[in-house]
Amino acid sequence: MLPMDPTKKISFTHSIGDGDLVIVYERHDNMKAVKVCQGTVLQNRFGVFKHSDWIGKPFGSKVFSNKGGFVYLLAPTPELWTLVLSHRTQILYIADISFVIMYLEIVPGCLVLESGTGSGSLTTSLARAVAPTGHVYTFDFHEQRAASAREDFEKTGLSSLVTVGVRDIQGEGFPDEFFGLADSIFLDLPQPWLAIPSAGKMLRPDGVLCSFSPCIEQVQRACDTLRSNFTDIRTFEVLLRTYEVREGKMGCSQGDDGNLSLPRKRRQRSNEGNNVQDSLGCPTVMARPCSEAKGHTGYLTFARLKCL
Amino acid sequence: MELDLFISVQPLFAMRSLLATIIKMPQNNSQPGSIQNPRVTWEGCSVLLDINDGDRLVFARLSAGSTLKIGNKTCSLQPLVGCPFGSLFQIEDGDKGPCLSRFIPSVEGSNGEEKGDFQSQEISKDNRALVDNNKAQSLTGEDIDAMRRQGATGDEIVDALIANSATFENKTLFSQEKYRLKKQKKYAPKVLLRRPFARCICEAYFKKYPVRIGFLRVDTLSLLLSMANVSSNSDVLVVDMVGGLLTGAVAERLGGTGYVCNTYPGVTPYPMDIVRIFNFSEEVCKRIVRSPLTELSLPQSGTSEAIHQREGGLNMESLSNHQMSSTVSVEEISSPSEKEMSDLIPETSDSLVNKSGKSRKAGNKASQQAIDLWKENGFSSLLIAAPEVDIWSLLKDILPLLSHSAPFVIYHQYLQPLATCMHNLQLEKMAIALQISEPWLREYQVLPSRTHPFMQMNAFGGYILSGTKICSS
Repeated sequence: MLPMDPTKKISFTHSIGDGDLVIVYERHDNMKAVKVCQGTVLQNRFGVFKHSDWIGKPFGSKVFSNKGGFVYLLAPTPELWTLVLSHRTQILYIADISFVIMYLEIVPGCLVLESGTGSGSLTTSLARAVAPTGHVYTFDFHEQRAASAREDFEKTGLSSLVTVGVRDIQGEGFPDEFFGLADSIFLDLPQPWLAIPSAGKMLRPDGVLCSFSPCIEQVQRACDTLRSNFTDIRTFEVLLRTYEVREGKMGCSQGDDGNLSLPRKRRQRSNEGNNVQDSLGCPTVMARPCSEAKGHTGYLTFARLKCL
Repeated sequence: MELDLFISVQPLFAMRSLLATIIKMPQNNSQPGSIQNPRVTWEGCSVLLDINDGDRLVFARLSAGSTLKIGNKTCSLQPLVGCPFGSLFQIEDGDKGPCLSRFIPSVEGSNGEEKGDFQSQEISKDNRALVDNNKAQSLTGEDIDAMRRQGATGDEIVDALIANSATFENKTLFSQEKYRLKKQKKYAPKVLLRRPFARCICEAYFKKYPVRIGFLRVDTLSLLLSMANVSSNSDVLVVDMVGGLLTGAVAERLGGTGYVCNTYPGVTPYPMDIVRIFNFSEEVCKRIVRSPLTELSLPQSGTSEAIHQREGGLNMESLSNHQMSSTVSVEEISSPSEKEMSDLIPETSDSLVNKSGKSRKAGNKASQQAIDLWKENGFSSLLIAAPEVDIWSLLKDILPLLSHSAPFVIYHQYLQPLATCMHNLQLEKMAIALQISEPWLREYQVLPSRTHPFMQMNAFGGYILSGTKICSS
């Protein structure tokens, strides 16, 4: 997933090979991660796709099924991975992830601690941020989940950047070996206040901690605990509003047939290029917010270890 | 040449012992060529000074002569050299006038703000007895001046003000705390030493001079970086008309690997002075290059090679000349008298640097070798923050420079240009996974029994168009 190896970097000349991980893109809300394997096929509502047809094609190619249906093959990125990974837990999405990376001041070379690992959505982005010389140590008390996460990091090629440990961080705290070494720590735990004292010991002075909690009561207790040896304690909520764009005809012909409200399905198809424009009227490109959106994910509380 | 001076965490323990050495003799570590612990300041390093909890933000370079004016006192910044980032300072009266000295906060917080008994004490008090007649304070300005002359510290003055306030005792604990804080800011200001990261640079500019960074809010910037998959070893193309903030933020994520190529239509590059505020090592600076768009797109010509050779010579010069300029001491971005937006501080300092004969550290012209490689392989991602350029015509020229399957993002303050651009990309089948998004950010006050969103919030962080380039069939 990451260009750790320059030969794996996306480029005009680099093409899909046997064993590569590709993101099969049907639509913006329908994608799937597939490991390319000579001799196997992908079957979906568009027909049967032979992997052998994909090998040798550049990433970003449009490939066809036996019935003439098509999908796009994209190079995986942490953002695409977040959309396709298998949910073993509730996961963090792009707005929270981006803000966390920025606010935790994670740059290449950093040592980052995380708990819990969950489905590894954030972990993937943490790994990208610390690469090539840093490392993410992530902990989950659920053995099975940790194992699945490990498999995923193997699949996405991040194993050299991420170590998954099985440990109850709320109960036991982080391992002593990280004492005073962590640049940043991320907590997504039901009772973060139990892990905060340990996190304080692991952080370097001026290091940043983030705690993600869906409920304000959790934030309240976490902040009470943070005040003893953290400073710069700030709580945020970050959301994303997305927009629909389409072309419509406005105010040109008097007896217009109300072409403005195209059914949703047709509009979506037009997104992929089927041109709905006709010669009548004067087309205007219009945008409006999508009517459905996430109203809440969680509160992000950041704090900086006091520098004594 | 010794390389790899950027933050390397591999030899952690070695680094810690090194840290100890640096603390002992900070003055000797002024060359960017030596390994430095990025968590401790050094002579010539760039810092963000946060005065009174964000009331005033000042970018400064720590050099022998640099000073900071707080109220009517001018203090040397020399005591900050060799101190860990995150340390607090307050003004003390030394032998040679006011000076900054380290302030160590107690672990349990200083002002009893975390007392758990708010609820119980709270109920009995309210503001019914409060009369706003300006007679509550019996200490006069002359009294305070007299205290100062007798050498009272700021904290002592604050205590005296509280003792002489007739209404303080009747205030609720919350407003007592507010009162103390307000007086403390005036009489005992605190200076926090911050590491200049994309995070705080963006926030400081957004707070004080949003126009200079095209109103790019920190959450929007963070989204641009992740949506464009900015990661080490990648070759990132940027069109940065936001003062270099975008270029700097990308370079920070690259950590001295790959390249960030700052391109521009026409012949005049956009200023990227904000890059200088980041404490980039020589290694990171070398990865920040610029190139006119025409050179990235056209087949190479002899003339460009000649130019390149000349630039190469200049390059070497700048390498040997890597000592930070000390002519620039303080880059103040919060002077209240400064109404004139045209007098941009970073630019002023930049011209000073040029006058003293030292070329910029970052942003040299891209080498022909690099350009050739990009032509062969394509860029791995693209970020555009160009409010004053027609997005669609720019993108038509730029998109072909990207590798297949490369993600791109465009930031804009207005929705319509992005909507048009997105529509055209769909029609021309140049990209998929197209999406326009608008980030929303709300901060909360979290205090015992007083948790709520802040009364004031920024209501607009701009729009982002993101997508993935596909192979033209």
